Parts: sequence; structure tokens; C-alpha cells
Amino acid sequence: MSDPVRAIGSSPPRLEAGDKAIGRAQYVDDIQRPGMLYAALLTSPHAHARILGYRLDAARAIAGVKAIVTGADLSGSRSGGIIKDESMVARGKVRYVGEIVAAVAASDPQTASRAATAIELDYEPLDAVLTIDEALAPGAPVLHEESASYVKAIQGGGHGNVVFETTVAEGDVERAFAQCDVIVENTWQTQAQHNAYLEPGGCVADVDASGRITLYASCQSVHHVQQRVAEELGEPMARIRAIAMRVGGGFGGKHASNIHSIAAWLARAARRPVKLVLSRMQDFEIQRSRHPARIWMKTGARRDGMILARDVRITLDGGAYADESPPVLAFALLMSRGPYRIANVRARGQAVYTNKLRAGSFRGFGNPQASFAGESQIDELASRLGINPVELRLANAMRPNDTAFGGQPVASCVLRECIARVRDAQREAPPLAPRNGRRRGVGFAVMSHISGLMGTAATVQLRTDGSIALSTGCVDIGQGSDTAMVQICADALSVPIERVSYAPQDSDASPYNWKTAGSRSTYMTGRAVAVASLEMRDRMLAHAADMMECAVVDLELRPGGVVGLKGVPKTVGFREIAMRSLFHSGGPIVVTHGFVFDGTGFDPKRASIHQLAFANLGVYTFGAQCVEVDVDEGTGQVEVRRAWCAHDVGRAINPVSCEGQIQGGFVQGMGYALVEAMKWNAEGWLITATLADYKVPGVLDCPPEIHPIILEDPDPTHPVGAKGIGEPSLVGAAPAIANAICNATGARLRTLPMTPERVLNAMDSRS
Amino acid sequence: MSQAKRRSVLTVNGEQHHVLAPAAATLLDVLRTGLGLTGSKCGCNHGVCGACTVLLDGKLARSCLTLAADVGERRVTTIEGIAGDLDFSAVQRALVESGAIQCGFCTPGFVITLTELFARDPHPGRETIRAALSGNLCRCSGYVKIVEAAEHLAGGVR
Repeated sequence: MSDPVRAIGSSPPRLEAGDKAIGRAQYVDDIQRPGMLYAALLTSPHAHARILGYRLDAARAIAGVKAIVTGADLSGSRSGGIIKDESMVARGKVRYVGEIVAAVAASDPQTASRAATAIELDYEPLDAVLTIDEALAPGAPVLHEESASYVKAIQGGGHGNVVFETTVAEGDVERAFAQCDVIVENTWQTQAQHNAYLEPGGCVADVDASGRITLYASCQSVHHVQQRVAEELGEPMARIRAIAMRVGGGFGGKHASNIHSIAAWLARAARRPVKLVLSRMQDFEIQRSRHPARIWMKTGARRDGMILARDVRITLDGGAYADESPPVLAFALLMSRGPYRIANVRARGQAVYTNKLRAGSFRGFGNPQASFAGESQIDELASRLGINPVELRLANAMRPNDTAFGGQPVASCVLRECIARVRDAQREAPPLAPRNGRRRGVGFAVMSHISGLMGTAATVQLRTDGSIALSTGCVDIGQGSDTAMVQICADALSVPIERVSYAPQDSDASPYNWKTAGSRSTYMTGRAVAVASLEMRDRMLAHAADMMECAVVDLELRPGGVVGLKGVPKTVGFREIAMRSLFHSGGPIVVTHGFVFDGTGFDPKRASIHQLAFANLGVYTFGAQCVEVDVDEGTGQVEVRRAWCAHDVGRAINPVSCEGQIQGGFVQGMGYALVEAMKWNAEGWLITATLADYKVPGVLDCPPEIHPIILEDPDPTHPVGAKGIGEPSLVGAAPAIANAICNATGARLRTLPMTPERVLNAMDSRS
Repeated sequence: MSQAKRRSVLTVNGEQHHVLAPAAATLLDVLRTGLGLTGSKCGCNHGVCGACTVLLDGKLARSCLTLAADVGERRVTTIEGIAGDLDFSAVQRALVESGAIQCGFCTPGFVITLTELFARDPHPGRETIRAALSGNLCRCSGYVKIVEAAEHLAGGVR
């Protein structure tokens, strides 16, 4: 018999792509409920001020206003992630322009807006700190005077405006630098980048006669939304249900819930459904950004190119609330060694509060900042050593069974192959014609990342007719996890994907999943799906053995939902097995597999690690990227002409989706490198709060050729070998482009974004 | 802003609708909340992202920047009117089959824009396709597979 077509490794169209193509996919703002009210928000005009009082009479007097909530209505402790320093609307103080101070629910959007603007607050303005230096200056105004009283899942920081600080170190950096022949040292600056998902954040909260609240949310985890809303409303989680709608992108920006509670609160107060959907401007002003960073880095090598030591200091601008600052900082430090064999590394970091929008999770999670500095510095080091930068990378690259910074063992590592593949692909591509007035350059960058973290689960059930019902808590935010999960399940059971149904995410029904984050869905939830499906297979084989009066070892799954006796045409179908289990013996076949990331943690004997938010991370992934750029000598404009991105995905479940992740991630990284920047004025107002002012790359800004190169080195901890590809593709773009600009012009840029003005200035100041 | 409502008749996807909407209502508002045609998306409300794109007498328009009262006699085509119920046009099929759809929020706008392009040029080359798509933002795909889908439909890369 020929090999059946396997579900894994093929690229069927996404399950939901048809609905999206014809406009039937349902996003939050598409929901209408009978009697639904609309929420509007009032936000702070001050970067830092004490709230002295509220005047609500004028707003309350407006016909159609059904509920109002302000910080005066809140009690109990604050909420948030690792450091509980936030509240759904400001209490006591406002700490950035745009912070929500009040919310209104009214019969229509216009009335709600009018009522929100009719609310008056009395403020006592306070001095604000808008930069890292201002925040750390002696005597600086302190954002969170009561920090000591906050509930914290992690210690470290908490003095002045320091959110969190920590150090990761291995070896003896000082001694190693003394043995180096060449040492390079510099400082890099990166900007706030906005996630800029096309669908602004939002939710609809409904309430039933018992007062139980159901949220329909644009989110990255229904279980997180449920938990956060329950916490902020003071309700048990049993009284809160969260359902994910189709999500119009997230990229980390929707991973923490900070607006859902407002809609839930208003719905509870008004006893009516409430829709809260942010305008684009509000989404810019009140959601989150990538952390601006200042990175000082020093790297030393022997004359033969062996890198001996690296010393790093990273300071992150965390904005007004901690959100994900502690883990972003920790991850940036852990990634700051780069995927290299450097025995002596010290990485010290601080995240600080400033009076701006909170910085938080964004695809890459601290790695893009660290890698911009690190991979730029490798090229500078190569130049000083007189060694080809690709050769220097190959010589120092991690190999299988090395350890990552922090001491985690790395079983699978095809970094050197990734480097060679992009190098060769670029070399072998037909050269592009040179252009007048443009200088052409080629640049490389490598990266490692992780996929893993926390807990997840999957449930499979055998239906009466022998088809399979799969359920997980993994929210598909556009990356294609719905299809990938079904492919993994179908492959394990040798059925076509049409025989597997996939449940939408609902906290009442879906098995727990932490979040769509950390490039973890295919690795973590995919692992749970594979294990549960294989266990279901074994249960079905046990039934079939009874039915055919043979031993399980004599049985095999055959394509299409059939168990056969090896070497014999005799079979029983999944349907017959389902019937037997339901009506004769054994009971319904329902299998749930749940686990928490179980890889080896950091090694305290090897690395000195203070205060990390996690004991282990995940499995490591590796990649290499190469770009060709043209730099306009007259204007400084940088155009990326072609890119090659080689990434190890362990095993490609859906190769076309992997390519989409690589191409899309690269372009987000290119936007970060060249154009995207959130800017605040001296009063702390965000002046880039529209898509006209905040530039997201359009098709003409992007190279027509972004060549994904997928490497498959199956990860031994995953039943089908898969690893994540969500984040790594973004990480290499900025340093690869910076290296290409330097290759083209000799100008080294150390500040993002690399705008034409900065490029021209750097070209002018070449020594 | 006037809250006064006006009556008008809109022809959307071949059907006439009597609409009662505030004078300042945009076409996008009326389509989404008045007529329940939620396929057109509000991504920016500033005419930048293109997720709200519709056709007015076959020409591209940003429905978030178009006042419903200004549509007049022009025929409106939305994503729901591109093919029959649960049917797919060639453009829609090409996007689905090329893996060009990720989060999908921008997709209706891309479908409309490509539909307009192919109506006037059945065999556009790569640069024509890229120029035509330059008013639509996608944050997921890097545009490569969207352009490939259109090239496939155009009959190959040229």
C-alpha cells in the first residue's frame, strides 16, 4: 500500500480562511445583542497627577446613560500580572496621558461619548518623568509611592522608579576580557513600537438573570481574561465566562487583559450587554508598546576569532505600569549572549517606570532589542578582527548539546545550517542590477528564541459516527493554530482533517491554556493535542482488539478512521468502536492531556541568576537572516530589496503557515528597523496615535522577495517534533538591516528606527 | 454635531435599503450597524488602513471616509456582495488557496481592491498588483502571499 497523505507537512487552506474571505468571520465589533449598550472612555490629559475628585452630575443627567464607573467605585487590591500595580480605571493618581479615568455605558455610542466628556475630574498635576534618565535621576518624582504594598509574584526592584532589576552571569567576565586581543564596546537605543494589529482591542460583556457575566473578547487567552476580570470585579471565576471571537491580530498586544473588566463592570451595573471597542487612537494611547531600550554592550575575542567574553547592561523604559516588564527584561538578558558559545557573560538589567503608556509584550519579548545590539556588535567585532562576519558567526555558533545562557541544555540546534543556508541562497541568487545613486549592501543576523512556558491541555472525544472532537484553549490570533492543531490530531489518528471538529475557545468548555504567547502554541498545545490523540488511538485499539479477538500489537490504524488486522483485510471502523464504547462497554472515549512545560531549568551551579520570573523557558529555536539593501546616497532612504530567512521549526505542521509567519514577522521587524516609532511630546502626549502618524509598512515598503527557508530538525520532546516560529522571524531583521547599511555605506547605526535622517547623519559622520 | 436623522435610499449589493441615519453617519457606520453588513471592517476610521474598502459604481472608496448621505444613486458593493451566499469569487479563492489570509481583518479590503483591479486589468503584472494594493495595510503576512495570490490569478509572474 502506498503511503497515505499525511495531515502533517501538508498545507491545506486554513479552516476559517473561507469565512474570512467572504466577510463572515465574526470579530468582537461584529456582535449585536438585544438591548446592547455602548461604552465610552474618559482618559487622563495629564502625564502625572493626583485625582482630587469627580463630578458626575452632568453626565448622569444625560438621557440614555445607564452606568458610570470611576476609580472611586473600586476597592480592594490592585491587579495586573507579576506586579499588581494597575486598576482597570485610575485610582488616586493618573500616571500617563491616555490612562482611563472613567467609563460610561449608554444607549448609543454618541450618547456614551457625550457623557464621558461631561465627566469632570479635579487634578493636582505632578512633575512627570518621560525618559529613563529622568526616572532614575536623584530626587525624581516617584510614580508608585506605594510600591512596597503591591502584591508581587517576584522581588527585585521596587525602589524609586525601578520596576525590577536582575543579573544573569556565567564565568568570569573581567578575567576573560584581560585575555582578549580585540574588544568592542558601544551603546544602542531602541524605540517604542506598537503592535498595530489591524483590529483594535475590544469586547462585549453580557449578563444573565443570575448576574453571571459572559465576555466575548478579542484576546490571546480566554482563561487569562476570565481570571483578570474575576479579580477586578471581585467575582469568583465561576461567575465569569470568556469566549474568544476571531481575533484580528495580537502580536502580544492583546495578551494581557486591561479593558475587558470595564465592559464587565458596566454590564453588571447596567444589567445590560455592553460593547467596548477601542478607536484606533485609543488603542494606541491605552494598550501597550514594545519596550524602548538602552543597551550598553562590550564583547571581546581572541585574534583567532574565538569570542571569550560579553558584558551587557540593558535598561528598559517600562512606562507607567509593570505589565510584562520583569519577564521582558529577564528574557532580553537571557537572549543577550546571542546563540553563541561565549563562556563568560554578565548581563545586568533594570526596567523603570516612566509617565508614558505601559510597555509590555510584543512579538520577540525583549529579544529584538538585545539582538539588535548583539548582532550589530558581532559585525563590528568581525570588522576589527578582519574576519568575515559570517565566518565569525559560524565559528562561535552554538551546536547541538550545548547549553543556553543560564545553563539550560539545548538538544536540537541547527544554527550553523541556518547560517550556511541563507549565505548560500544569497550568493546563488541572480544579482540585482545596480542602481544609480544607491549603494548596495548585504547584512546577516542570527537569533535564538524559545517556545514553551507554563501549562496547557487538549481534549479529544470520539463522536458517535467515529469523527473526532478536538478542543483546546489555544486562541488563534491569525497565526493558524486552529488548522495546525487539527492537522496534528488528524495525523495521529490517520483521518482526513474534515473528520476532526475544532471547538472555539470558551472558558466554560476549553481545557486550560495559558496564552497564545512565547511562540508556544504549536510546541505546547500541539504537544498536548498529539499526546491526547495518541492516547485516544490506544484506547480505540484496545476496543478493536476485543472486537476482533486479537492482540493490540497485531493491529494498525489505517487511513480514514479504520483499525485493521496487520496483513489481513479485516477491519473495524472508528464508528463501530464509538458505538461499542457508548452502548456496550468502556464508556465514552474522552481523553485529556495536560502538562506544564517540563524541560530542564536553569543551572544554578553554572549560572548566577537573581530574580527571574520563570524557572525554565522552553525549547530553543534557531535562525539566520540575510538581507540586501539599497541606500540612497542623496536621501538616506533604505530599501530592503531581498531577504532570506532560515528557521528551524522542528517539524513544519503546515509549511505555508510557517512561511506566512516568517514573512510577516520579518516585515514587522523591518518596520521596527526602519520606520515605526511611537513618539511623545514634552507634556507626555502621544503624537503618533493614528495609522497616518504611526507608519506601518505597506506593500510598496516591503521587498517582493522574502524567501523563507524552513529547516526541520525534530525536537525530541514533542511527539511530532514541532517547535514554534511565531517570534524568531522578527528578531533578526533590525540587526541584519543595520549590518547591510554598514556594508553598503560604512555607516554604523545604533539607534532605531534607522530613518533617512539618521542614515544621512551616520554617513556624514563616518571617520 | 447634529443628531438629526435623514432618510435616504442606498443600493447595496443589488438591493435597495431605506436608511434612517444621522446626517454625519459614515457609509461604514450604516453598512455595519444599520444594515448588519459587518464584513467591512473599521481598522483606523481615518482612511489609512483600507479594511473598510467598498466599491461605489465599481470604483474603490473608503467607507469610513464616505458620508452615507453622499452616496446618492451610486451602487454600493461590499464584501458580502462579491460572490453569492457562501460562494467564492476567483479573487477570494486565490487568497484562500495561497495561504494569504492570516488574522483576516484586512482581508475584505484586499478582496475588494483586487476585485476592482481585475475588473479593469485581468492580467496585471507584479508592479501593477503592488501599486494597486498600496492603500491596504496587512500586519500579518508581509504581503508576499497576497501578491502571489494575485499573480497566480493573473496567470503567472511576468
